[in-house]
Amino acid sequence: MESATNEPAMTKPRAVIAGHASFAAGLVSAVQQIAGKGDGFVSISNAGLSGADIEVTILQALDASSANVLFTDLPAGSCTMSARRLQRSRPGLVVVTGVNLATVLEFAFRPLEESDADAAKAAAEKGRATLMVFP
Amino acid sequence: MPIALYRIDDRLIHGQVVVGWGQPLELRFIVLVDDDVASSEWEQELYRMGVPPEMEVHFSDVASAGGALAAYSADPRVGLVLVGDIGTMQRLVANNPTIIKTLNIGGVHHSPGRTPRLRYVFLTPAEEDGLRAIAAQGVEVTAQDVPGARPVPLDELLSNSADA
Repeated sequence: MESATNEPAMTKPRAVIAGHASFAAGLVSAVQQIAGKGDGFVSISNAGLSGADIEVTILQALDASSANVLFTDLPAGSCTMSARRLQRSRPGLVVVTGVNLATVLEFAFRPLEESDADAAKAAAEKGRATLMVFP
Repeated sequence: MPIALYRIDDRLIHGQVVVGWGQPLELRFIVLVDDDVASSEWEQELYRMGVPPEMEVHFSDVASAGGALAAYSADPRVGLVLVGDIGTMQRLVANNPTIIKTLNIGGVHHSPGRTPRLRYVFLTPAEEDGLRAIAAQGVEVTAQDVPGARPVPLDELLSNSADA
């Protein structure tokens, strides 16, 4: 176990992940296990929330974290619908839907000096490329 | 072919509708009846983007939905009619008393003044009266969020307690 003085500094969340049930929390947990970078993300579940409440919850998470990137699970999902609505009032917000673990991991390792949009694009490309079928 | 499902869902088009019901029903079109969405091109585009290419989305306000429902019911493809709240469905049923035979409550989520009846159904007294009024017109009303769940009849729904 690392001593307190050797603990890495807490990473400021750079993105919010929103999805069905425990999807987002699961991704963050996996990123933490693989790379120790789970604190770079805030997770949101849509469980039990109306569309309007999902929007409010995402907005609060964005405001609290100052994140400008939002990952969602399904293009047709309620989190994506809310995210697209939020883009009207937050023009700088980058939304990536269809996210998988490889996408989030790649994003976690993108340099901080890279723009949010460029980092999100690179992460989405990585995630797309890792989807494979082994017949 | 009659409309496969008349659904109340405050999230409107989302995963449960497009995937959860859409895939097993082989859904090919959704009629979204909502006065606000019907008057907003931006909202309509948003919902169109959320469905797969093989699925059409039609938009209507309540007043003009009446005539359209008969036409949609004659469409040979499988369709679903979707509204966001009980009041809208009440108006739709009142305007089309012979077309709508069954009603699916798919999601009416928590907000102040509502009592929990199921994990995904919270109702105000006025909304409960609205559902009773719909049922009194001969519509079979059940709550069921996804196809694999048990349809909960209206009487049972309204007698459910908070921890249902």
